[in-house]
Amino acid sequence: MIAAAKPKRQRLVLALVAAAVLLLAGVVAVFALQDTAAYFKSPGDIAASPPAPGETIRLGGLVKPGTVGRSADGLVLHFTVTDTEADTEVSYRGIVPDLFKEGQGVIATGSFDSSGRFQATQLLAKHDENYVPPEVAKSLEKRGHPVGQS
Amino acid sequence: MSPEIGHFALWLAAGAALLQGIAPSIGLWRHDEGLVALARPAAVAQGLFTLVAFLVLMHAFYVSDFSVALVVENSHTMKPTMYRLTGVWANHEGSLLLWVLVMAFSGALVALAPSALGERFRARVLSVQGIVALGFFAFLLFASNPFARVWPAPTEGQGLNPLLQDPGLTFHPPLLYAGYVGLSVTFAYAVAGMLENVIGPRWAREARIPLAIAWAFLTLGITLGSWWAYYELGWGGWWFWDPVENASLMPWLAATALLHSIVVVMKRDALRAWTLLLSVAGFSLAMMGTFIVRSGVITSVHAFAVDPLRGVFLMVLMALYIGGALAIYAYAAGRVTEGKQFALVSRESTLVANNLLVTAMLGVVLIGTLYPMALEAMGGAQISVGPPYFNRVLVPMMLVMAVLMGIAPWIGWRRSATGHLSARLLPAGIAALAAVSIALWVLGVRGLGWILGFGASAWLAAASISILMKRGLTPGIIGMALAHLGVAVSILGATASGALQQEALVNMRVGDAIVLGPWRAELQDVRPVAGPNWTAIEAKIDVTRHGRPLAQLRPQTRTFIAPPMETTESARAGWRTGEVYMVLGKPDGEGRWQVHMWIKPLVRLIWWGGLLMAFGGVLALGDRVRLKRRAGQAAHRAAPALQGA
Repeated sequence: MIAAAKPKRQRLVLALVAAAVLLLAGVVAVFALQDTAAYFKSPGDIAASPPAPGETIRLGGLVKPGTVGRSADGLVLHFTVTDTEADTEVSYRGIVPDLFKEGQGVIATGSFDSSGRFQATQLLAKHDENYVPPEVAKSLEKRGHPVGQS
Repeated sequence: MSPEIGHFALWLAAGAALLQGIAPSIGLWRHDEGLVALARPAAVAQGLFTLVAFLVLMHAFYVSDFSVALVVENSHTMKPTMYRLTGVWANHEGSLLLWVLVMAFSGALVALAPSALGERFRARVLSVQGIVALGFFAFLLFASNPFARVWPAPTEGQGLNPLLQDPGLTFHPPLLYAGYVGLSVTFAYAVAGMLENVIGPRWAREARIPLAIAWAFLTLGITLGSWWAYYELGWGGWWFWDPVENASLMPWLAATALLHSIVVVMKRDALRAWTLLLSVAGFSLAMMGTFIVRSGVITSVHAFAVDPLRGVFLMVLMALYIGGALAIYAYAAGRVTEGKQFALVSRESTLVANNLLVTAMLGVVLIGTLYPMALEAMGGAQISVGPPYFNRVLVPMMLVMAVLMGIAPWIGWRRSATGHLSARLLPAGIAALAAVSIALWVLGVRGLGWILGFGASAWLAAASISILMKRGLTPGIIGMALAHLGVAVSILGATASGALQQEALVNMRVGDAIVLGPWRAELQDVRPVAGPNWTAIEAKIDVTRHGRPLAQLRPQTRTFIAPPMETTESARAGWRTGEVYMVLGKPDGEGRWQVHMWIKPLVRLIWWGGLLMAFGGVLALGDRVRLKRRAGQAAHRAAPALQGA
């Protein structure tokens, strides 16, 4: 077997190239993750350390009863998200999800604009009657207001 | 039919799986032909018993037997018959039974289909399949019994999540499961091949069949799931990078890489060890997908199981199988010598490049999917990784991939000249330039990603079509070219529907109209309507293009009765291969209704491309039939290398 040594070297080169490519992909992925990951924050977290304007976060809590209103053209929804400790005012332009209701759990994805108002691009309400988003349930529990999750 | 019959049949099936797993292995070890011969009848028996169990459960759902806990929790007498039947797999236990059924069927198929690798190898494969199935039977019987009874039996069930009351439910889970479980056959082939030391071209030729079928099912399942999410959620998107979607994408990527590397084993007897590793990874990722989706670590319509014990059970099962396979790999890797070598410019090296890119994409999806879960599990911050991450990293990789996919089929095996390439790729180059010019100056598209998307899809489509124009094509080459064309078609659909999309969100009264370019949508009427188990508010919207009527769209907001829940039913109308998409929102209390309208050019190409890929993948198997016939004429002649160029 004259060629016995050569396939082995080819195998080594292949393995090295593969490792390099995968490593590169991993590095790119980690950097992109740091740039784009959206943190979950409750109004209390935001009061403690306000995120920079434009930084995408997921704001979660309960829709404070009596705060839901609309702009004059009816397209923008205003409401306040609360975790019973602090409040954050939210504006949302879009179709309101089916299960969005006062007093219920909600997760709003978006960012603060320069005037300090939270502009949501997506609203996630609970999936069914008994469901509270787990992040919201967790953050409320932390504040001593456990939510029954059946 | 009494549910106990089903439960009993399940135990019998588990017994058959045990026999199928243990007997042939002992037989091969002790050289006992009688034990080895048990493998095939055991596999067939396992298939039949599982079918009985499945039919019993289906019957319980059909007649609404509310003495069965699963029926109570997931069905309702008011549900239409079709959704009562498909509701069987719209829950944790039932979907697992479906998984096991597909698994048992694939075992029976392996037992009954002709094999060129001999009875010894077949017995080994069946043994591995039996052991894998056994774990899932244990999970079903000990942690997720679908036949558990309730006493006293309630008179009415709790109903099914209305999002799942859709024709999509009929096909999406079975197709996806057929794909996942099909990968278990490839897994069994890999493990058996290592144990029997038969990894090589003959092994690859046969292992490729279940793999290509599984891959095609997976492709169809994902395509259908994407389409379902597109019209059901009413968000106007077709892929959300949801962990559940990623869970199905990861095994698909592994299977795609494997589908290409196994060809190298088949034609050139190289990349053996890597192919084996991918075979193990494919099924492992399928199991991980099931774990992510079913264990309740993430919340979505797919997460039925909230019992943490089940998650632990699945994780242990997964660890056992993956660990076992890797141990066998470590043990057998020394014996699996690397095959023939190849030059830098050769078909082999392009397929290596394919594998590296696809594996890198897989890694990117894996990191993006698991990182938030791992971070939360370790008590860190709760983060969500969404479209910004995946699009930023994967879109450039996909574009590079598309460019290489256009070139690779023109490069020959072993060592290839490059002189012919410029002539061969001229049409593709012209098409790409034309597409970029049209996007820039006719359609006015801005944004580098979009423009490159148009160029890449035209490049790949033209390159694939020029392969189809050649003479002397084999089914393998036609299948490959069609599958690649499918990728180009999907990229075009995704690019065009994204770059050229128009949307409007308005608050309108009856009589108002939305005008979007040549499109006009007038709200005619909003009124209540009723269905079998829901009531709804329905809008009637007349859509015209350049003044010519196209369709009347009727988006609804539905309120289901059991369980009480509201859903948004989008309304869509096709125009060429694009769509007009409308969603009806809430009233504002002053007689106005929120309406969201999208124009999505060429959006249907995304799913047509998926169908084309699946079709091409299966068609490529035609080569084997041809080769077999030829082999019959000239026995044991080495398979001629079917070159693309």
